[in-house]
Amino acid sequence: MSEQRESAPVHGDLTEAGAGGGLMLPRVFRHIGNTGLSLVITLFGLLLVTFVIGRLVPVDPVLSVVGERATQEQYETAARAMGLDKPIPEQFAIYVNSVAHGDFGHSNLTARPVVEDLADAFPATLELATLATILGVLFGVPAGVVSAVNQGRWPDQVLRFVGLLGYSMPVFWLGLIALLVFYGQLEWVGGPGRLDTSYELSYEFDVTRHTGSILIDSALSGAWDVLFNALTHIVLPVVVLGYFSLAYISRMTRSFMLEQLGQEYVTTARVKGVPEWRVVWVHALGNAAVPLITVIVLSYAALLEGSVLTETVFAWPGLGLYITKALFAADLNAVLGGTVVIGVVFVCLNLLSDLLYVAVDPRAR
Amino acid sequence: MSSPLSRLAAHSRGLLAGAALVAFAGLAAPALAETPADTLVIANSIDDIKTFDPAQSFEWAGQDGINNMYQKLIGLDPKTLELAPGVAKEWSVADDGVTYTFKIDTSLKFASGNPVRPEDVVWSLRRVVKLDKTPSFIITQFGLTKDNIDTAVTVAGDDAVKIVTDKPYAPSFFYNALTAEVGSIVDEKAAMEHEENGDMANGWLATHSAGSGPYMLKGWKPNESVLLDANPNWKGDLAMKRVYVRHVAEPATQRLLLEKGDIDIARNLTPEDVSAIESNDQLKVLTEQRGRIYYLAATQVYEPLKNEKVVEAIKYLIDYQGMADTIVKGQVAVHQTLLPKGFLGAIDAEPYKLDVEKAKELLKEAGYPDGFEVELLVRNEKIRTDIAQALQATLGQAGIKANIRTATGSEVLSAYRARKTQLTLEVWGPDYPDPNTNASVFAANPDNSEEAQLTGNLSWRIAYPATETTPMVEAAVVEKDTDKRKQMYADIQKINMEKSPFAYMFQIQEQDGAAKGVENFSMGGAVSSAFYWPVTKSAQ
Amino acid sequence: MTTVENTSKGGLGAWLKTDTPTSRFHARCISIWNAWADLSGNFLAMVGLAIIIALILMAIFAPWLATANPNIQHLGDRLQPPGWQGHLLGTDELGRDIWSRIVFGARVTLYIVGLVAVTAPVFGLIIGAVAGTIGGWTDRLLMRLTDIFLAFPRLILALAFVAALGPGIVNAVLAIALTAWPPYARVARAETLTVRRSDYIAAARLQGASTLRIIIGHIMPMCVSSLIIRVTLDMAGIILTAAGLGFLGLGAQPPLAEWGAMISTGRQYLLSHWWVATIPGLAILTVSLGFNLLGDGLRDVLDPRGNRQ
Repeated sequence: MSEQRESAPVHGDLTEAGAGGGLMLPRVFRHIGNTGLSLVITLFGLLLVTFVIGRLVPVDPVLSVVGERATQEQYETAARAMGLDKPIPEQFAIYVNSVAHGDFGHSNLTARPVVEDLADAFPATLELATLATILGVLFGVPAGVVSAVNQGRWPDQVLRFVGLLGYSMPVFWLGLIALLVFYGQLEWVGGPGRLDTSYELSYEFDVTRHTGSILIDSALSGAWDVLFNALTHIVLPVVVLGYFSLAYISRMTRSFMLEQLGQEYVTTARVKGVPEWRVVWVHALGNAAVPLITVIVLSYAALLEGSVLTETVFAWPGLGLYITKALFAADLNAVLGGTVVIGVVFVCLNLLSDLLYVAVDPRAR
Repeated sequence: MSSPLSRLAAHSRGLLAGAALVAFAGLAAPALAETPADTLVIANSIDDIKTFDPAQSFEWAGQDGINNMYQKLIGLDPKTLELAPGVAKEWSVADDGVTYTFKIDTSLKFASGNPVRPEDVVWSLRRVVKLDKTPSFIITQFGLTKDNIDTAVTVAGDDAVKIVTDKPYAPSFFYNALTAEVGSIVDEKAAMEHEENGDMANGWLATHSAGSGPYMLKGWKPNESVLLDANPNWKGDLAMKRVYVRHVAEPATQRLLLEKGDIDIARNLTPEDVSAIESNDQLKVLTEQRGRIYYLAATQVYEPLKNEKVVEAIKYLIDYQGMADTIVKGQVAVHQTLLPKGFLGAIDAEPYKLDVEKAKELLKEAGYPDGFEVELLVRNEKIRTDIAQALQATLGQAGIKANIRTATGSEVLSAYRARKTQLTLEVWGPDYPDPNTNASVFAANPDNSEEAQLTGNLSWRIAYPATETTPMVEAAVVEKDTDKRKQMYADIQKINMEKSPFAYMFQIQEQDGAAKGVENFSMGGAVSSAFYWPVTKSAQ
Repeated sequence: MTTVENTSKGGLGAWLKTDTPTSRFHARCISIWNAWADLSGNFLAMVGLAIIIALILMAIFAPWLATANPNIQHLGDRLQPPGWQGHLLGTDELGRDIWSRIVFGARVTLYIVGLVAVTAPVFGLIIGAVAGTIGGWTDRLLMRLTDIFLAFPRLILALAFVAALGPGIVNAVLAIALTAWPPYARVARAETLTVRRSDYIAAARLQGASTLRIIIGHIMPMCVSSLIIRVTLDMAGIILTAAGLGFLGLGAQPPLAEWGAMISTGRQYLLSHWWVATIPGLAILTVSLGFNLLGDGLRDVLDPRGNRQ
């Protein structure tokens, strides 16, 4: 998912414009302004595309509401109540108008406001994606650096192979096998879902919701047993997703590091007698950090958009699973709401990566 | 409120922090969980629930909940599945055959503390008709309409309700229909406090309960869980103070959860899971014959399928026993009539078995000696695609080339309702515990014309006119003599089995896994939904 | 080949190794040869290449390699372990031979990969080349469109397309292609921008060539080589997406043997009959690893970023 974005803003206009140094702040503001505009355009485009696809899906949203036995009259009544008797452009206009007023409508599947559904689903994805990305950075960056330093020698070959293996793994299959071994056989970790059943109840009643994230909420409420149980459940999906993220990050780190290590300044530093570890881990990595941040942020974005397959295998009630289910029930409000979240996440993270980029880029200072 | 659950499972509370914990969690093997003694924990596929309003709910999992939160006018005994007192303690029909009187048990109380009044009964039944949601036909089929409902269902004195039908139906038919979930009696006062825009509390009841049943709805998270708490005003014994139904889509996961002691009952298992549970001495398998039927429908629009001989050949090209012994082993019983076993008048007849030679003969007589090509539409579910592939293989032996097309449930349904299928593998479950529920859709078609749009009727959906049996079905619902009625349904089934384009294959046998100590759980047999309240659990 | 024979005096090897190419074609052959020489020194890349060749051979010779018809059912012999009565890898839930299904599944995988590889890049190439050449509003519009598609999670978008088109292998390919084009469009546009102002394009313009002619005749060919590298790198991703669709029941329709769908049906038996889901998973892993190893090696050889002293 994220690979195609590797080249996004790396060599973009910011590099050239950034040479001005002192002009940084106004430029950042202008950038935010532009991003705001592009957010609106992207969101509108996303909604339009989603709406069109949603209407093309040959699933009848009315039937998924009224069910198998409905008579024709009951069917038509329900269709009218859902506004489906109006022409499609008008339906879209009505939808965009209510979104502009902050109303995302109700989901057909859950009969709840879409916003409430998303408030449940997104934190679940957020937990997973954040931890997986942390894992990926923690192991992926050093692996990439070591690989680059030893280019062509055995540590490089081994690390690259391990990375490529992660990159080649069907996550849904790895997830199944991991569940079988670590939950089914060894009983080291919790099973599918976010908590054991008994803790689900305890989470329901003992834990005050602040964020929707079980990990954070249970820690804030001092429900340590719930927290511990949640951790045993999240380990496996995090490791599976984290492995994928690690593979990607180490691959990119290696590539960026190779580029840096070939630069003049590295040779100069070596000649000056700067210790090798400093050359590698401070000078070269410092410079490689610029594009690397983009890569990390974008891979984070990809994970946040929901990993349908991982969520399916681990019965994780996150965003990807939510949108997929809604899609196959032609629950258009839910699909559109989920798409908006994804669009906002994507654009915001893009902005964040640009800002970090300005902050870190030595040429911009 | 503090839950006792977490206390039971003794976990180490000494925590390592953050990332270290993620890394080390693997080393601290969690102790086997155990469900709390007063809570029944069930894993089930419950993502079909859309509402808990009894006037609207028509999905399996939702009905299970409603059956335990509401009482109907007439109930069913969880053990025998015979009619039993519900909100009404007695009922009778006058000599005119249309006036029914129900004596209400006014000592009953709703979960809110409000007493159960005849007014609640009248309001609840009128509400079903006025809201006109999908299951309303179960009530309206007795000639009750929006126009006459206010005079047809009335309060008769302090403790009685009178219902007048449009013609004299078989009383058993009427009583049976009233036991369906749609006939649940709702607390008018509690519900109407939450009415919005004249919706008769339809919105509020979707996520709340207002019944006099043993449990009340404490929480429902769509696609995740349903939590029921004991109704404090319920007079009977209730060993399980809480019922927690957790959505678990994967059978293998349900089995794992059961083996780990995370749940008490697992409700969707494959034959492989069942045999593993059978050999586990901590667990047991519960088996009940349910009302759902697998059938293959041959729509009378596609030319080759219009030929009676072709349809008969197809009935001989199904490896009923072969499938029942393997891919759906233990989960179905071969069944070849429209009425599931357990219903009034159901007959035991299995004339069809896999006979490729005979089928080839029939195809030759029909003018298709080399077979033909046909689409087999099937819902995208493992068990159905397995059966479809087995069907494809046996149909192929006589030259019928069936192309499987899989689609989501509502897509299949759209095509089916629009007469756009050729062959389709379907499942049908009865709506209320009376033979008419199946006879009226499989063997009766009041108007086969395209314009009639009887989309709820299966015969109409496959353009099968059912000329011979339609009057018989109409006669059977007004037959007062139960023995005669039984015979009438036997006749309908025989004709339908031989001549209709429905090839009935299996009746579902639900196999649930349960912890050894779980007793008295009833899935509701062929006629009803699950009963949670009789359940007891003993420590092992 | 005739060119080769005519010009080669000291044999093919010498012709390829010379420092003084005699023609444009000769130069290109030399650079390809050099790349190959580098690549063949990369052990992992060679392993990858071997895997891919094995996959292709398996697909071609499937009827001879398979020990049984992949769709013939023996309900009585279902879920038998590997090695049971000549079933090399056991049987699945309908008693079909898993080895034979894996072998024939190679055809499905190749078919999907091949079809996506010739559709998505072409579409991306057209969008990118047009946007880059014409510029202005056309460029902005097309790139905005590309961004919108990029902002979608790829699998969910593919799911949406399959949901709209109906499940099936061709539709799955179409859906993957429809979601895979944006990166190619970006690459093609970037390439276009670098060649747009070059002298020979200007020359073509002066000779009165139409914009369409310039795009097709001059710009597109320049973008092809970078797209080919890109496609090789994306192959594994395509295989995994296709398998994911199959896993969700939206790819190949039963009874066609597709590896993702085989995992999906086999997962029910994972606890008691591990091989049914594990073996197709290993097959996917192996093939996508093969493409990744080769792609990674190719990138090392061809990527100007990598420092190769």
